[in-house]
Amino acid sequence: MLSAKNKTGLVFFPAFDWAISPTHPEREERLLYTQDQVLEEGLLDIDGIVELKPDLVTLWDVQRVHFCVPDVWSVSTESHFISAGGAKTIGMAVMEKKIDKGFALVRPPGHHAMRVVHGARGFCNINIEAIMIEYLRQAYHVDKVAIVDTDCHHGDGTQDIYWHDPDTLFVSIHQDGRTLYPGSGFPDEIGGPNAVGTTVNIPLPPYTSEEGYLYAIENIVLPILADFKPDIIINSAGQDNHYSDPLTNMNFSAQGYAALTTMLAPDIAVLEGGYAIEGALPYVNVGIILAMAGVDYSNVKEPDYDPDKIRQPSNIIGDINDIEKQILANWRQREKIKRGIQKSREFAERTRNLFYDTDNILETQKEKIRVCPDCSGALRIATSTDRGINVLALHIPRKACKACKALGYKWFEEKAAGYFDWVFLQDRTQDIYLEKKKKGF
Amino acid sequence: MIIGLDVGGTHTDVVLLGREGLVDEIKVPTDPSNLFDTVLKGLNIILKETDPSKVKRIVLSTTLTTNAIVQKKIPEVGMIVSSGPGIDPEFYRTSSHYYSVSGSIDHRGREIDPINSDEIRGVAERLKKSKIRHVGVVCKFSVRNPQQELKIYEIIKDTFEKVFLGHRISGSLNFPRRIATTFLNAAVYPIHKEFFEAVGRSLKEKGLKAPIRILKADGGNMKFEASIDFPVQTILSGPAASVMGAIAFATDEPEILVLDIGGTTTDMAVLVNGVPLLNPLGIKVGPYQTLIRSLETHSVGIGGDSAVIVDSRGIKIGPDRNGPAMAHGGPVPTPMDTLFILGEITNGNREKSIKGFEAIAKQLGTSVEDAAKKIFDRTCRMILLEARQMINRINRKPVYTVYEMLEGYQVKPQTILVLGGPAPYFAKGLEALSNFKVHVVPRWYVANAIGAGLARTTSEVVLFADTENGIVAAPEEDFSQKVDSQFLKQDAVALALDLLKQKALKGGANPDYLEMEVVEDLEFNMVRGFYTTGKNIRVKVQVKPGLIHGYDSMIHGLASKNFRSR
Ligand SMILES: [Zn+2]
Ligand SMILES: [Zn+2]
Repeated sequence: MLSAKNKTGLVFFPAFDWAISPTHPEREERLLYTQDQVLEEGLLDIDGIVELKPDLVTLWDVQRVHFCVPDVWSVSTESHFISAGGAKTIGMAVMEKKIDKGFALVRPPGHHAMRVVHGARGFCNINIEAIMIEYLRQAYHVDKVAIVDTDCHHGDGTQDIYWHDPDTLFVSIHQDGRTLYPGSGFPDEIGGPNAVGTTVNIPLPPYTSEEGYLYAIENIVLPILADFKPDIIINSAGQDNHYSDPLTNMNFSAQGYAALTTMLAPDIAVLEGGYAIEGALPYVNVGIILAMAGVDYSNVKEPDYDPDKIRQPSNIIGDINDIEKQILANWRQREKIKRGIQKSREFAERTRNLFYDTDNILETQKEKIRVCPDCSGALRIATSTDRGINVLALHIPRKACKACKALGYKWFEEKAAGYFDWVFLQDRTQDIYLEKKKKGF
Repeated sequence: MIIGLDVGGTHTDVVLLGREGLVDEIKVPTDPSNLFDTVLKGLNIILKETDPSKVKRIVLSTTLTTNAIVQKKIPEVGMIVSSGPGIDPEFYRTSSHYYSVSGSIDHRGREIDPINSDEIRGVAERLKKSKIRHVGVVCKFSVRNPQQELKIYEIIKDTFEKVFLGHRISGSLNFPRRIATTFLNAAVYPIHKEFFEAVGRSLKEKGLKAPIRILKADGGNMKFEASIDFPVQTILSGPAASVMGAIAFATDEPEILVLDIGGTTTDMAVLVNGVPLLNPLGIKVGPYQTLIRSLETHSVGIGGDSAVIVDSRGIKIGPDRNGPAMAHGGPVPTPMDTLFILGEITNGNREKSIKGFEAIAKQLGTSVEDAAKKIFDRTCRMILLEARQMINRINRKPVYTVYEMLEGYQVKPQTILVLGGPAPYFAKGLEALSNFKVHVVPRWYVANAIGAGLARTTSEVVLFADTENGIVAAPEEDFSQKVDSQFLKQDAVALALDLLKQKALKGGANPDYLEMEVVEDLEFNMVRGFYTTGKNIRVKVQVKPGLIHGYDSMIHGLASKNFRSR
C-alpha cells in the first residue's frame, strides 16, 4: 500500500464552468487533463492524501487585503471566491493540524492582483495567497510568513501587497522582466522603507533549465529562508516555467518542479499560472503532489521529456551567479540600507502607472507611507483611473504603532469625500473596513 | 412469483413474493464452508409448497466472492500491467505473478511507447510455467485507448483459459483500482462460474426455469449469463440487499437514513427521493480499493451482539462479537442483553443477561437495570454518531464547477428507517436520543431478501468524445466510432443512452420500464494556440437502482401488515 510521509491535503477546484473568455488561456479546459492524470494515477487513494472541499471566502476576507473599486463584487466573481476559498481551506487545515501540508489546485489565479483592484491584471482579480495569509494571521495569529513565488511571471501583485510588510518575506523567482510580462521584478526591488530586504526578486535568463533553477533555489532562496525563519512557507506554484508553456521561454520540467517542491518544503502550495495544459500541467501537478506528500516521484515524466533537449545554454549559470551576488549582498546589508533610507525622513512617496491588461484599465497611484521605526507604517494611496474614478485608500497595518494608527484615522477624517469618489480605510489593528462615498455615488 | 435470497454472516434469508404479498419467508443457518448447501437448502425449503414453474424471477445475493477474497481462498492469477511514466506500478503488485511491461498511453489516449511483443511472449511463457490459467491485462489510460490491452490479448489469448482486460471491467479513470478490480475479477471468475452453474443445474432439476439473477453491490441485479465475465460486480451485495429492502418501504420524505442493525455490524446508507446514493468511485473489498460500482454504504462494528466490556478504562462496545447475547447462551454481555434486562424482549434467559451485567453494574457503581439502560443508550449514541459522521462526509464531497459549488446541495435526513434483527427495539432508543423520526421497516428481519427479490437491473455507461482526435468511444462497452467536428454533446448523450439500453437489456432489465438518466455531461472547447480545434465531451449515464415495476400494491400490502405467514 502506497502511503504518504506527510499527511497532505488537496483542494481541487478546476472551475469547469468558468472562463475569462472561450479561447482565453484561463478557460474551462485548463485543468481537465490534470484531473484526468491525477485520477488515473490514483493519487487520492494514497494513504495520507486527502481531498478537501473548498469553502468560499467572505467579503471581509477580501477586504482585509484589497481595496476593491468600487466594491468587491464589481471586480470579482464567485469563481474567485471559491479559488481563494480553496487556498483558505488548505491554510486552515494546516493550522489546525488536520494535515501536515496542503496544495490548493485551484483556478483562477491571483498573484498579479495588487492591494488596489480596479479590474483584472494578468488573468488575476483578487490575490488568493494574500487573502489566505491575512485570514490565517487574523484567525490563528500567524506572524512571520514567507511566500516563494515560482510562477514564471513576476508576482507583482503579491509584491505590492507585502511591499511594506517586514513580517512577510516575498521571494519571486521568474523569467527576466525585460523579456516577459509584467516587466518588473528586478533585484533592486527590495521592499518599502519600513520593509527593506523582505522583498527578494530573482530574475532568471530565458531558457534556464532544471540546473539553473534549482541552483538558484539552493543558493539564493534557501539561505534567505533560513535567515528569515518564517512560521510558515507558502509556494505560489505557477507552472509556466515549463519547457512547453506557450506564454514563456523557460526550460523547466515536471522533475524540476517536484525537486523544487522537495527543496522548498512549503507548508502550503497554491497553483498560479501554467498554460501548457496537456503537455505540462498533468505531469507537473502529479510531481508536486507526490513531492509534498513525500512519495517517490522519480518516474513522473512528460511523454516528450528529454533532459538533453532542454539543457540550458552554457552562459546562463554565469548570469545567475551575478544575480546571486547582488541579491545576497542586498539581503545581508538590508538593515544598513534600511537605516540609510529611513534617516531623517518622515514620509516616503512614489507615483506609479499600472495597466490592467485583462480589463484594459489604466490606473495612476500616488502612494505615501509614514516612515516608522516602530511598525510597518500608515499607508495612503490616492488612486485614479482613465475611467474617471478617484479613490483614497488608507491602510493601518496589523501591528501599527499608536502614531501610525492615529494618522490613518486622521487621513480618513480630513478627507471627507469630496475630491474623492470613495474613501476606504482598512484598520488591521481592529480588523475593520470603513468607507465613505461622495454624494451621488 | 419471485424468490429473493440473501446470504448473511450467520443466517440466510429467503422470501417468496407474489403479487398479493409475502407468500413465505424462511431463515436457514449459513454454513460459510459450504455456501452451496446453504443456498440449496434455503431454496428447497421455500419451494416445498410451491410449483417451481410459477417462479418467474429468482435473485440471489451471496457472500461467495467476498468470502473467497477476504479469506484469501482465491486461485492464483497472472497480471500484466503497462504503466509508462508515473508512480512505480510495483506498488500495485497483486501477487508474485505480476509483471510490469513496456508500453505507454497518455491522457488523451495517444500511444507514447509501443508494447514489446517479445516481452509479452516471455511473460506469458513464465505465467504458463507457473500453471496460471487466468490472466488480467491492464494498461494506464486504457479507458481512453484500449489498443495496447487488445494487442497484448491477441498475443496471449491462446495461452490461457481466460484473459480479462482492464478497459472492459470499468470505464472510470484510476489505474491502481483498475489493476485491483481486474485482478479480483479474474480471481473470482472460476469460483463464481462454477457455483452458479451448479445452482442453476439444481434449480433446473427442480423444474425452475427462470434465469438466475445475481445482486450487485450497486443494489441492482444482472442475469447470471451477463455476470459470468464480470463476477467482481457481485461482491459485497449484502448491504445493498438491505438498502433495497428499505426502499420498498421508504416514506415520502426526500431524504432518509437507512440503518441495518445486525449482530456484528450496523450498515448505513442514505436515500434521496427514494434512490440510494452511489459511491462515486467504487467499493473497498478487504484491502483492495476497487472500481466496483456500489451503493454509498458505511459499516460500523456495532451491532446487537457486540461484546460489551466495562473496566477502568471505560465502556467499550464492539467491534468484536464473541457470540449471541447471554440470554441466548452467549459468552459475554451484549447490547441485546440490555433489552432482556429492561423487559423489552422476553424470548430468552433474562437471568443469564442479569448475571452477565452484574460486573458491569458494579464497575459503573449502579444497579443492573441502570447499567443496562446506560449501555443501551451508549450503543444507540454510537450508531447515531457514526451516522452523522457519514452524512458529513457525504456533504463534504468536493465538486468541480462553480454552479454545483454555489448550489451547495446538502443531505440532511430527518427520518431513519431501521431494519435487521433487533430493529424494533433499537428504534425507540434511537428516536429518544436524537431528533430523527425513526420507523421500523415492516418485515425488518427479512427485508434484505425482499430487497434482493425486487431490485431492478442496473447498468452504467461511460462515454467520451474527442473531436480533435475524431473519436467517440465507450471502451468498457467495446464501442468506438469516428466522428467529425460537427459531433455535439447531445449526440454523445444519445449514443450513451443507446449503449446503456443494450447493456441493461442484456443484463436482464425490463424493456418497458427502463429508467435511464444522465449522471454527467461535460463539454469542453479544446483550444490550441487561440483557435478552437475540437470538443472534449464526457458523458456518464445509468439505470439507477430501484425496484422493479408492478409490485407497488404488494409492497403496500406488506407495509399494512396484513400478511400471512407460516
Ligand atoms: Zn505566470
Ligand atoms: Zn508606526
